Amino acid sequence: MSIWEYANPKKFMQTSAWALPWAVGLTVILLVVGLIWGFFFTPDDYKQGSTVKIIYLHVPSAMMAINAWVMMLVTSLIWIIRRHHVSALAAKAAAPVGLTFTLIALVTGALWGQPMWGTWWAWDPRLTSFLILTLFYFGYIALWAAIEDPDTAADLTSILCLVGSVFALLSRYAVNFWNQGLHQGASLSLDKEENVSDVFWVPLLVCIAGFILLFVTMVLLRTRTEIRARRLKALLARERVA
Amino acid sequence: MKALLLRDLRLAFRSGGGFGLGLAFFFLLSVLVPLGVGPEGSTLARIAPGILWVGALLACLLSLDRIFALDHEDGSLDLLATAPIPLEAVVAIKALAHWIVTGLPLTLIAPGLAIFLNLPPAGYPWLVLSLLLGTPALSIIGAFGAALTVGLRRGGLLLSLLVLPLYVPTLIFGGEVVRRGAENMALATPLALLAAISLGAAALLPFAAASAIRVNLR
Amino acid sequence: MLSLSNLAVARGGVTVLRGLTLSVVPGQALILRGPNGSGKTTLLRTLAGLQPPAEGSFDLAPDSVAYAAHADGLKSTLSVTENLSFWSQIYGGPAIDHALTALNLTQLTRRRAGELSAGQKRRLGLARLLVTGRPVWLLDEPTVSLDVASVALFADIVRAHLAKGGLAVIATHVDLGLPEAVVLDLDPYRAKVIQSTGFDEAFA
Repeated sequence: MSIWEYANPKKFMQTSAWALPWAVGLTVILLVVGLIWGFFFTPDDYKQGSTVKIIYLHVPSAMMAINAWVMMLVTSLIWIIRRHHVSALAAKAAAPVGLTFTLIALVTGALWGQPMWGTWWAWDPRLTSFLILTLFYFGYIALWAAIEDPDTAADLTSILCLVGSVFALLSRYAVNFWNQGLHQGASLSLDKEENVSDVFWVPLLVCIAGFILLFVTMVLLRTRTEIRARRLKALLARERVA
Repeated sequence: MKALLLRDLRLAFRSGGGFGLGLAFFFLLSVLVPLGVGPEGSTLARIAPGILWVGALLACLLSLDRIFALDHEDGSLDLLATAPIPLEAVVAIKALAHWIVTGLPLTLIAPGLAIFLNLPPAGYPWLVLSLLLGTPALSIIGAFGAALTVGLRRGGLLLSLLVLPLYVPTLIFGGEVVRRGAENMALATPLALLAAISLGAAALLPFAAASAIRVNLR
Repeated sequence: MLSLSNLAVARGGVTVLRGLTLSVVPGQALILRGPNGSGKTTLLRTLAGLQPPAEGSFDLAPDSVAYAAHADGLKSTLSVTENLSFWSQIYGGPAIDHALTALNLTQLTRRRAGELSAGQKRRLGLARLLVTGRPVWLLDEPTVSLDVASVALFADIVRAHLAKGGLAVIATHVDLGLPEAVVLDLDPYRAKVIQSTGFDEAFA
């Protein structure tokens, strides 16, 4: 049995209907555990005080903001190469979720930056890159919204996603070149030296797992909605012809 | 292909409109910025590279939707798509024509406008060079955006929304070249990267744009 | 030679014509008839290679086709000569003099296309076919806004084209004065609203 069978809309609806309650349940458990652990059962940082706790929202949403785009890139490629409708609709479904994560990352970053850096906003490379990522999400979503025919929209947004990914990477590089920045290094590098200490790290991992599942849940839900909307549209079109 | 280029240039010159408009916009912007920012020379000198690049970019944006929309309306695009020239070449030629009537004149008048903005003398050659290397990228990226939105009625605004994020790297490297040039700093890296973006865009984006047009004509 | 086998074409994701199987040989003209919305334009666009067939296939080399749509693709600021020689250069086709004479445009060569009447524009649009030098003409309502004399002129050039071994597929409502042409009524091929084919029908 091939993995592509799940790209059949009917099969996808069956599988996702089965998987959705599990995904919702796990998401809730992981987020509740991770966030409560992180907010109430970890010590304050000796330098940053309790503001450090915003990382339990900031880091996972920032990660998912990028991962959502990567997922859109992969599903767009699958649409272009294999023309599975579920794949195109999943990309469409993921975009607003990714945009929301990007905005959460920006807002939590600003909330943290105000006390720590003394400013809500700085043109730091990471912040700037996220702002530019927001623009890419806006463009992508707007293009989906503007085109009526679903297959045309899927084709054009996929092309935009491919080209946009290249330019997003270029922008990231350009922004780094443009300003060296004051953002801290990665919180989760594999290099133990740079890492945050275990006390913060374990609940953070739980939160990240929770955010990943939150993303999966939302995308599943929204893809199901899109599939139903698409089917409704086809039925209405048939009725008009009849 | 030469015929297509000549036709597009002839059309641009005859209908006036888009061609002069971009230049006038660039001029207006360079006059308005000092009025808004204040007459202080040192402030203007510091922001001049960025303002000139942003101005050129926006002026370029104004005429992008004309690249394919007019041909789409009168049916020429259908006919060109069934003509013996590959659609990729049509895109490249049309982007080139757009550059000749917008990017190139913008580059040529930029030094004149730089006077208003008190650009330091060392910056002038780099301003011209950076625009010369960077504006082709603006035209070709814009042609890609125009290809995506060619079938849409309210395409103009959407086009800006799609194209502006794609302009980010070009703007950053272009502005950086002029800023470094004005301050007598080393600028080989951003200059090379700017040229690389133009070349890369010219090599690859016609394919993406042509496939977008084919989808839109379906 | 143009042959269609079990061809179906779709507009906006809805199949409008299906089951078209036929062939047209060089020297023959095929006239498509059918009410508005029956899919004449969609069929011509599919044959021109502008959109993929929904089902089935057809055999036609893309570089043998000259397509003439509703819109003539004229630039109003260019003169008649400029418009025509542009297409002649694009196709690498024959010189434009013959086309100008054939469609009675010689008096108008220096006029701008924007200053022409609707019928004159149409004639200029049709003259484009002659400078493409291509054997297969796909014409969508070619005689719209033409007067009786011009329709006769048009029939003449189609006949000359066929005599040279070309072929033409013409969608039209009016009588073209081409009694030798094969007429195809598209009505029997119109896609019926099919009963539900299950969940995946929306994802054709």
